[in-house]
Amino acid sequence: MRQIIFFFIRNKNSLLFLLLFLISLFLTVNSHSFHRNKVATSANFFSGGIYSIKQNVQDYFNLKTQNTLLVEENNRLRELLSNRNFSRNNIPADSSNLLPNYSYVQARVINNSFSRSKNSLTIDRGTNDSLAIDMGVVSSKGVVGIVNSVSANYATVQSVLNTNSQINAKLKNTNHFGTLIWETGSPYLATLIDIPRQVSVQKGDTIVTDGKSTIFPEGILIGSIEDFKLAANEDYYELSIALFNDMTKIAHVYVIENKAAAEIKKLENALEDVE
Amino acid sequence: MWNNEILINTIRFLVLLLVQVILLNHINLFGYVNPYVYILFIIVFPFSANKSLLILLAFLLGLGIDIFGDSGGVHAAASAFIAYVRPAFLKISFGVSYEYNMVKISKSVIGERLTYISLMVFTHHLILFSLEIFNFNHILLILRSTLFSGIFSVVLIFCTILLFSRRN
Repeated sequence: MRQIIFFFIRNKNSLLFLLLFLISLFLTVNSHSFHRNKVATSANFFSGGIYSIKQNVQDYFNLKTQNTLLVEENNRLRELLSNRNFSRNNIPADSSNLLPNYSYVQARVINNSFSRSKNSLTIDRGTNDSLAIDMGVVSSKGVVGIVNSVSANYATVQSVLNTNSQINAKLKNTNHFGTLIWETGSPYLATLIDIPRQVSVQKGDTIVTDGKSTIFPEGILIGSIEDFKLAANEDYYELSIALFNDMTKIAHVYVIENKAAAEIKKLENALEDVE
Repeated sequence: MWNNEILINTIRFLVLLLVQVILLNHINLFGYVNPYVYILFIIVFPFSANKSLLILLAFLLGLGIDIFGDSGGVHAAASAFIAYVRPAFLKISFGVSYEYNMVKISKSVIGERLTYISLMVFTHHLILFSLEIFNFNHILLILRSTLFSGIFSVVLIFCTILLFSRRN
């Protein structure tokens, strides 16, 4: 017995280190797995509060660019609105057709990262504003990410620029769909995989979200094709996508709540249980 | 004297944490290079102080950075590791004189000081980026990030020590 106690005392540094190292490894693995209850995130009142103060100061430095962005968006929405009465068929499929199913909450980005391999944003809305995990986040120019943890007043968003992110996307012209991923590197480029080789793709083609997941409505802008090549097995294209969003300068975003999500999820889960 | 040291280290802990998460995490030199200066706390922690305490504080500091940066536990792991191996690095850099608690970082020879800081920084960064990227297909990215961020951090930490060391 005494020897055991001596062993603990002699190696207390090593044991303490091992314990703490294991805890941090657990937290790391926990953060790498997609959509799990995250343990330590910046969506808490302490770090959220400090980021809010920081952002209050920083907001003044890019007022001009943000105003321009808002005017551009207003302009686009006005065009959409005024053309709506005349030619219903020419309107690209977009969220305004599906309005009853989706509600939007506007939020302010208080922290943003884009230089790591697993990037995330922190926004100043939380469960008090009816946010929940798995809601989509878009900006005036396109897709930003997916909510992955929420507290009362803050939420963290898994950015498009995260190697865990997989977003359903399709070619706007042909409706062929694939998966949008990010393979580290430039914050302006993402990759669209799983587009079959018989599809004709061209540089400059627009990529939009595909309505098949419950997260994003159909037709939200993502980016345009910058370059394409066949994947290693030569059956599918690997498209390099230039994102419309400048992910390095995100300030105002909209969180999308899909009112039908719970019902669809329930149906799909029931089906999986049967199988 | 003892109380004074506790106060200085507490302030250093908080200031480095806030400076790191508010300022240094957003530098993004050349698009992706950020310095991690907060490990200065572990580097200059009194050499004669309790080692268990240092490991625990390093872990908490890293965890704080992780919570602010949404990075899981990568900073906590890397910080706890360099706090654990610090005695070995001290011995390599400063030789036997470290054993007699004779060394003060602000008064050491430049070469020895640089060896010590580089060993700490590059070990920390290698663990940090390996855990963060977590994919051996991206091993070049890990090494490149370690090298560039490491050089940036070493320079900044070296300058900070120069700036804050009292001259006699």
